[in-house]
Amino acid sequence: MEKKKKVSGTVIFRQVICIILVLLALFPFYVLIINSTLESNVIKQGIHLIPGSRFFENYKNLMIKTNATSTVNLWQAMRNSLIVTVPTTILQVYFASLTAYGLTVYQFKGRDLAWAFIYAIMMIPTQVSIIGLIKVCSITHMYGTFWPLILPAMAAPTTVYFMKQYMQSGLSIEIIEAARIDGAGEFMTFNTIALPLLKPAMATQAIFAFVASWNNLYTPSILLATRTDKLATMPMFIESLKSNDKKRDFGEIYAGLLITVIPLIVAYLALSKYIVAGVALGGVKE
Amino acid sequence: MNNNKKKTVEYGKYGVLFIAPFFIVFLVFQFYPLIYTIFKSFMFDKKTGRKKVVTEFGLGNYINYVFGGNGEVWQAMLITIVLWLLNFIPQLLLSLLLAAWFTDMQYKIKGQGAYKVIMYMPNIITAATIAVLFYSLFDVHGSMTQLLRSLGLAGEAGVLTKGWWSLLIIAFIQFWMWYGNTMIVLIAGIMGINPSLYEAAMVDGATPRQQFFQITVPLLKPILQFTMVTSAIGGLQMYDIPQLFNEGSPLVNVGGTAVQSTRTIVMLIKSYINAGPSQNYGRASAYSVVLFIITLAVSMIFYKLTSEKNQDGR
Repeated sequence: MEKKKKVSGTVIFRQVICIILVLLALFPFYVLIINSTLESNVIKQGIHLIPGSRFFENYKNLMIKTNATSTVNLWQAMRNSLIVTVPTTILQVYFASLTAYGLTVYQFKGRDLAWAFIYAIMMIPTQVSIIGLIKVCSITHMYGTFWPLILPAMAAPTTVYFMKQYMQSGLSIEIIEAARIDGAGEFMTFNTIALPLLKPAMATQAIFAFVASWNNLYTPSILLATRTDKLATMPMFIESLKSNDKKRDFGEIYAGLLITVIPLIVAYLALSKYIVAGVALGGVKE
Repeated sequence: MNNNKKKTVEYGKYGVLFIAPFFIVFLVFQFYPLIYTIFKSFMFDKKTGRKKVVTEFGLGNYINYVFGGNGEVWQAMLITIVLWLLNFIPQLLLSLLLAAWFTDMQYKIKGQGAYKVIMYMPNIITAATIAVLFYSLFDVHGSMTQLLRSLGLAGEAGVLTKGWWSLLIIAFIQFWMWYGNTMIVLIAGIMGINPSLYEAAMVDGATPRQQFFQITVPLLKPILQFTMVTSAIGGLQMYDIPQLFNEGSPLVNVGGTAVQSTRTIVMLIKSYINAGPSQNYGRASAYSVVLFIITLAVSMIFYKLTSEKNQDGR
């Protein structure tokens, strides 16, 4: 009897802590939603828990202001981000799969060295070579275009690593050999036989590639700096939300922030099962 | 037989072909930029007169800016490390505790799936959005500042003018964004531990506490190391949150010199890339090289630890 009581006490304690953490995770977003519906002066008075009715007015004022100051507006920024993020995601996942496939299925001289190399460069952050990237962009006339944000995705060592891990268990060589006997070319075999088998892993990697590219602020804010107004991506728009307006209308800022958050939260809730599973996969790599 | 052998050689060619795009793109967009950045760090812009600059090749950037001058690169590095420690230590402790709870068969927590999904959520949201959101909450007129004022914790000037407050809030944001991620990774790690170990321990009468410290923590060591190194390397590159939260402010007085109290190393590098009078690619490159070497050292330690582990394991 006594033991049972202790059990439920422990469980209740743990549940309470978990609920507090859940509230902590949601609270800033809740305030964000509420504040986006209030007037700036009301927001300045403190925390409010009941929504107002000014969301559309805040939104309208924000659009008027960004149009007047000729900075990029919200929807242009979202479009720019999509133009960068969609091809980035496709290239990153496709070429990572191709590279991992080349390293898994074929025997050739230097294969192990190539693999060791990819493993070694996984940890090198792109931030440290930004000056050189600017140089590459100016040599190739890609400065102020979307290309230097998209093309480097073709060499994503972490994605290669995960695709290779997956192939080692999820891709049988027999199927590829069967395709060869049927006379399919190697490239054809990869595209029509191997890729469909890799779909689950590719989907997970695509989600993470998309999120990383969508959320990236540092590289775009440097490489697009010359034509910041027309080409600004979503995070750059968010940066301008804060810095542009000295008078700081909080209602407008919160309304803008809310619109940037909604698509992510909706997509996350729809895909959360895969995302949480993908995060778990990321840790057990060693 | 002969025919067969010939075929494998032919196939090998495809392997090279398939991995070629990766290496070409890597050379152009990552390797060359890295080499160029190192090269550029030796190009020193020397002022020879008013508005006259001569670029000379040598150690000028290192002598004048890295190891001499006001030592801003080391200040920024220290601040970056402090910010990382302030968020990583509580993050790891909480994640470990939650992971132990979520995998505890004796006291099952209901609704685990939902807890995981919500606790991880801040990680997926654009860091820029989160930084501006917290900035709006903690601004002089922000909602949280008002709340802190009513509790007597903040004065008229708010909290963003205080160095420690700013540091702690930034560290909190990082903690808040990342503990869910670390927790999920650790849960996966604990689930990977052979359950028969726990059964045997239970038969021997080991308490849950003993099981946690004698089985879970030691067997989780490689994953803990992995988490720590990826977090440290990510932490060294910290930019979005401190930049959009407080732009490196406020200035605080440390032993007579004014220090940007929340300016990380990447923010410092970017301040010499931005167009304007302080633009100086050589200086930014030298600082980048410092960051690169420290990052490399961290990952080297990690590789060394993991390779030692492999030797022990075999």
